Amino acid sequence: MSVRPTDALVQRIGDRFKQALQESSDFRGDLSVVVEPGALMELARYLKEDEGFDYFLYATAVDWPARNPRFTLVWEVRSLANKTRIRIKTTATMPDPHAPSLTPVWPAANWHERETWDLFGIRFDGHPDLRRILMPDTWEGFPLRKDYVSFGEPVIFSDQKLEGLEPDAIRG
Amino acid sequence: METRITQEAFGPEHEPESEWMELNMGPQHPSTHGVLRVRLKLDGEIVRDADPDVGYLHTGFEKSFEDKTYTQGITFSDRMDYLAPPINNVGFVMAVEKLIGVEVPPRAQAIRVLMMELARIASHELWLGTAGLDLGVYSGFFYAWRDRELVLDLNEAYSGVRMMTSFTRVGGVAWDLPEGWIDQLQRFIDVMPKRIDDFEAMLTSNPIWRQRLEGIGVLSRDEAIETGVTGPMLRASGIDYDVRKAFPYCGYEQYDFQVALARNGDCYDRYRVRVQEMRESLKILQQALDRLPGGPWLTSDRKVALPPRAELSKSMEAVIHHFRLVSEGFKGPLGDVYAFVESPRGELGFYLVSDGTNKPYRMKVRPPSFCNLQPLKKMVQGVLVADVIAIMGSMDFILGDVDR
Repeated sequence: MSVRPTDALVQRIGDRFKQALQESSDFRGDLSVVVEPGALMELARYLKEDEGFDYFLYATAVDWPARNPRFTLVWEVRSLANKTRIRIKTTATMPDPHAPSLTPVWPAANWHERETWDLFGIRFDGHPDLRRILMPDTWEGFPLRKDYVSFGEPVIFSDQKLEGLEPDAIRG
Repeated sequence: METRITQEAFGPEHEPESEWMELNMGPQHPSTHGVLRVRLKLDGEIVRDADPDVGYLHTGFEKSFEDKTYTQGITFSDRMDYLAPPINNVGFVMAVEKLIGVEVPPRAQAIRVLMMELARIASHELWLGTAGLDLGVYSGFFYAWRDRELVLDLNEAYSGVRMMTSFTRVGGVAWDLPEGWIDQLQRFIDVMPKRIDDFEAMLTSNPIWRQRLEGIGVLSRDEAIETGVTGPMLRASGIDYDVRKAFPYCGYEQYDFQVALARNGDCYDRYRVRVQEMRESLKILQQALDRLPGGPWLTSDRKVALPPRAELSKSMEAVIHHFRLVSEGFKGPLGDVYAFVESPRGELGFYLVSDGTNKPYRMKVRPPSFCNLQPLKKMVQGVLVADVIAIMGSMDFILGDVDR
């Protein structure tokens, strides 16, 4: 579906980050690049300082339980002067999904990364204040993961054993 | 081992932290406009630190989107920012339209613009009323409510619902404008400039109003960009960024209007920007009304939009399409898109990930209120407690939008 972007920006990123740049796409006019977690910080600094991406939009994650690595992490930034936008993606693996925090580059990422930790359980290394933000501090589980049941009450019959069920599946 | 905490450890200008009082503002506090808790650290009457605690209205809309088809999702979108539902409706369907690539007929675009600008005026009216109420302007509240009621009447006449309009459909809008609606809107456009003048006569050069707002909660140009604030807060700090101008959608490029701007970035400038925006919205409304195109208000693509009722009795194909759309909806291609609109609070974005089924695989909302609330911690450091009310009022956050 995606076509290889001919965009000059992607070429510059490609020249600079060669192997670390795993994929780039231009779907419906939205530019996105996938990089290795190790190169993320360097890419962020490059985009902000050399390419003028000064305005932070949002950070989030997407859970693909069947894939390995399981989580896709997404940050999107904009250059107010050039009116361009780029989506930065990287991946995180179970059992301890984590990625570098981009708050040192874009301080506005602070709450967005807290939200991603809160709802997906992805740790951001170097985040100044990684606490739950929307859910209560005492909450267990990460609601936006796909294995977290959103509605319906699971029924356990007397001949069924509790041990076989995942803790997340028990929650109504 | 004995450790001693010295005065120096806290910096020369600070008292030891143990002397500070911690005060809970909210979750039930009239000035938080919803359920927001702010933990203030007070040194006498001066705020030293603040920790906004959000999430009291978190209802998991993003999770709910994953269980509903694209058409069903529309009703979730207006319940997030409940003071500007039409704008959320449009933002949501724009993300879906971008994903599946549907053309929207010109009349639908114009109806969307009419509804969105009405919502902007209603939202700013409500903000004027309540932010004024926080600072003691009781009469303003009644004027604002009276004028907002006119918009709600228009909403009701068009969609049958005063607030949660859910009027968009993927590929257009659900209904054409009803009879008499245009005259009703014209009366609204005629009466409003005078009402905004009255409001301004009461507040703009009112010495008490100015004293409470001028120089309070200043956010400089650079800070505004760094903290990621958006909408009137960004424009009050002098940054000329409005989605309607920068990335026109729904045909905003055809209309002649100015982006309301100010320079100082204080509470007073945020007030002025919003009042100016209401005047600009009226201009857009008049132009959209004058040039209202005819034709269909929903795409003729039967794969995404329901066939007209009359076709069902004549065409088997229409019945099949109707059945398919109602029972399982339509499927989107694999991919992810970001669509964004200018809400009264700033850039409202929808990041939609599709795995090729009839439901969003992931729907991330970029809520403007959430982004605007983030710098509160910094903005209130060093101000008086009474100014916290003025600053929070000037931010115009909606907790339903913050918490989703």
